[in-house]
Amino acid sequence: MKKIVVAVMSTISGLLLLFSYHTSTNSQAATGTTGGTGTGTDPQASGSTTPNAGSGSSGTYTGDAVATRWGTVQVQIVVQNGKIVSSDAVAYPSDNPRDQQINAYAIPKLNAEVVAAQSGTIDAVSGATVTSDGYITSLQSAIDQAHL
Amino acid sequence: MTAATVRDHARSATLPRRAFVAQIMGLPISVHVRGPEAASGVVVGWVEDLYDALRADEAMFSTWRPDSPVSRIKDGRDQLRDAHPRIREVAALCEIAGQRTGGSFSAWLPGPDGRVRFDPTGLVKGWAVEQAFGRLIERLGGLGPHDALVNAGGDIAVHSSRTDTPDWTIAIEDPRDRSRVLRSIALRTGAVATSGTAARGHHITDPVTGRASDGLASATIIGPGLTWADVYATAAFVKGAKALAWIATLVDHAGVLVARDGTVSTIRGTRSGRGHTPVGTTSNLRSSPEGSL
Repeated sequence: MKKIVVAVMSTISGLLLLFSYHTSTNSQAATGTTGGTGTGTDPQASGSTTPNAGSGSSGTYTGDAVATRWGTVQVQIVVQNGKIVSSDAVAYPSDNPRDQQINAYAIPKLNAEVVAAQSGTIDAVSGATVTSDGYITSLQSAIDQAHL
Repeated sequence: MTAATVRDHARSATLPRRAFVAQIMGLPISVHVRGPEAASGVVVGWVEDLYDALRADEAMFSTWRPDSPVSRIKDGRDQLRDAHPRIREVAALCEIAGQRTGGSFSAWLPGPDGRVRFDPTGLVKGWAVEQAFGRLIERLGGLGPHDALVNAGGDIAVHSSRTDTPDWTIAIEDPRDRSRVLRSIALRTGAVATSGTAARGHHITDPVTGRASDGLASATIIGPGLTWADVYATAAFVKGAKALAWIATLVDHAGVLVARDGTVSTIRGTRSGRGHTPVGTTSNLRSSPEGSL
């Protein structure tokens, strides 16, 4: 298990090298995954029969707040089966009064659930530039067809 | 219309909704309108005006047409200082874009001969679409509350003035398998732009190093307006792994980065006029299980 943790931590270090991330295990806050049973370093995870649990550790880890050239940033990562599957970086607002003058704007909610590409609930698809040639086979074309 | 029941979502299912599509600037440009007058002739005319405005901008800014005003500036036949005010406005925005992105976006890149050329293509599309869409929104307002969406080749702006409609659902495609989507975003008013090389296969050059950017599979930016969402998406793609920390500092923007290995990173920028954002609130950004990525 120690090997797995080291492997995970080295991956984290690589990912967050930019932030001069401190690989202190004391700074982790494990909160469990959506499907896994274990916390960050739970040895039970390796032998579990839970469908989502594999041979690695799973958990959500929060790093220290670290000063970067652009401001203070804190990073949270989600590890599943020893692999980082997502990372969220959150900035701490600066005390710059200019930030307070800009009109409030709600950052939209990002849904973690993967929506089936065939889903009728999608209104538009964002991706690398779709050319006119590629339009006819695109999901956007199918969505448009439903409302033309 | 009879007296409206506010937030009657069931009724919104029966609201007229109409989609339009035209091919301009080599891109499919889809427009959706929903509201009582969505299918009316006057709305059809206004959407056609939106397309005409984009065709006019294409004629002015195209670098594919050798005699367009921007092509003449690009190859040195004409001077930028003598150009149409719209072109000078775009040039000024390109200067600001260079500053805001720490040089990761630039409209002045050296050609094969080393001479620096003015090419604002990376900013023009988002800017032109945002302007034309804003005009449509303004006109729709005169008919009472209507919602609208525009998708220009994968870069999207939405506006909602109704209160009884569902949020627009914007999906981010998987750059490794374009028949799949990775995330969906619920948005009422704002923009979503994605930069990547999946569709065209060509490279995006880092203005600082002059080399092709290959750190990410795609970079998506969500923000209040399409011009800056588009510029920031290009810059984030160019920055590669460094984009993570950079996006976190952008006021009122958020990002979704997809690494070459499929790792998805969601980044929430700084909120204007808001206090400290605890990390715990990002738990809803948790990734889906690996198998469904």
